[in-house]
Amino acid sequence: MSINQELWTALVVCFSAVFTQNILLTTFLGMCPFTSVSREVKTAIGLGAAVVFVMTCTTILNWMAYHWILAPLGLEFYRFILFIIIIAAFVQFVEMVIDRYSPKLYQNLGIFLPLITVNCAILGASLFMVIRDYTLIVTVGWGFGAGLGWLLAILAMAGIRQKLNPARIPAGLQGPGITLIIAGLMALAFIGFTGVLG
Amino acid sequence: MGLVAISVLIVSLLAAGLALLLVVAERFIANYGSCEIEINKDKKFTVEGGQPLLSMLVNEKIFIPSACGGRGTCGYCKVKVTEGGGLILPTETPFLTKQEQEEGIRLSCQIKIRNNLKIEIPQELLRVKEYQCICTRIEDLTYDMKRFRFELKNPPQIEYIPGQYMQLLCPPYKGSPEEVYRAYSIASDPAQKHIVDLIIRRVSNGICTTWCFEYLKEGDSVRMNGPYGDFRLSDSDAPMVFVAGGSGMAPFVSILHHMEHTGNSRKVKYFYGGNQVRDLCLDEEMKRFEKALAGFEYIPVVVEPAQGESWEGQRGLVTEAVQRAYSDLSGHEGYLCGSPGMIDAATKVLTAMGMNKERVYYDKFA
Repeated sequence: MSINQELWTALVVCFSAVFTQNILLTTFLGMCPFTSVSREVKTAIGLGAAVVFVMTCTTILNWMAYHWILAPLGLEFYRFILFIIIIAAFVQFVEMVIDRYSPKLYQNLGIFLPLITVNCAILGASLFMVIRDYTLIVTVGWGFGAGLGWLLAILAMAGIRQKLNPARIPAGLQGPGITLIIAGLMALAFIGFTGVLG
Repeated sequence: MGLVAISVLIVSLLAAGLALLLVVAERFIANYGSCEIEINKDKKFTVEGGQPLLSMLVNEKIFIPSACGGRGTCGYCKVKVTEGGGLILPTETPFLTKQEQEEGIRLSCQIKIRNNLKIEIPQELLRVKEYQCICTRIEDLTYDMKRFRFELKNPPQIEYIPGQYMQLLCPPYKGSPEEVYRAYSIASDPAQKHIVDLIIRRVSNGICTTWCFEYLKEGDSVRMNGPYGDFRLSDSDAPMVFVAGGSGMAPFVSILHHMEHTGNSRKVKYFYGGNQVRDLCLDEEMKRFEKALAGFEYIPVVVEPAQGESWEGQRGLVTEAVQRAYSDLSGHEGYLCGSPGMIDAATKVLTAMGMNKERVYYDKFA
């Protein structure tokens, strides 16, 4: 594949990761923060932005670790452990750096970083990248797109939930109940994008 | 076999490498150097940065009240930061009113020292000291309350205002791995400066009360710091209503001793409530105060005596006893100590009977 072709593929993968293959709405990964931190648009953006950043960086790091260390040694089956360690270490590191050099950014983003370490969408993105055999450049597009898709989904959810505030929801459905139903409807709506790249 | 060994080795190496990276990063990136903390524009000291302000202050023997041990859940460790505190964190906002946020009040356990700080602490808190003491007597007051007597060793004496409380250090013990501080009102005679009595009621699964009831023995050495709190008698000579339940008795013992020494003859009715007769304590001491203090009347109240308990005193809730005893409480002062539920109910009753809300003083068990 020429570099131009690869860039084009990366762009398509990125676009599809946001809309047609949205990691949250098609595979339902990262549901825990999605349901618990989607009460306000402001915090949703903070968490979403942190996910975009971490997902892009960790998929790249994990691609390198997988293709340059694990694959040559024939240790592909260790990817689960290694990916998790890399994600955790990276998040720790970034948190330290932000805390030191940008208190403002730390205030908006930093408190969400530890939450993300255990976000399964992050690990999921790295595992999909292996399964689908992406090249490094495509991986960049994939990681960024998957993160952006997650951000879009949580942002939409937070917006809907804010609008829903005055609504009288039956007691049994309040909180996570109604959130999961909305998530299901949103997933259905996103299926509408499927044909776009057809 | 070889594959297992090699793969374990490789993964361990990778993990170790990442751990090393973090350690190095911690050493260089999270190294804030030494920072200077200035307190009340006068006292200064230098500390290693990167630590929470609260623990640095404790290291410097400045004790800010804190019940949760710096986890940001109790909201007691407020200090005023005039310079260098950075932005208010989301973990602090639930505990700070809008006005406090504007004044620069912060939770000292949440502030990480990154640069030079200027803070203001009330003079009163600077008087707080840590005391090394010996538990010299443990006495059963009721089936679930004990009075612990502590003799101060270092420093050997304490000055406090009757009604204030101490924070007792509960050391780690089986089932509780961390040191915790818990607040208890002083229940001793303020004239006996070398003694602090605490009245403690057993709370099921309570960390500190379990330790006090099961592990603490006479002759043991303990640490506490204080005194804290602004629960105290006012300077006026208005008639007073005391209301307490359970170990809420404690501050009033100290206050009554003080009134006896100062020949205070303010009119006081003290309503002390329990569910059953067995919940009440210190009956004889209260009777003695009734004789010693001209204006003092002690009214124990029992909700419902258990079968077989003989009870000739008042029945019902303490608040009902207050309603029976007075028709109008305007011009009176209220002093309440007990559970939040009791205090809220009593405040409602007292204000409904004409007491000025500003004149209701209380010490709520958190």
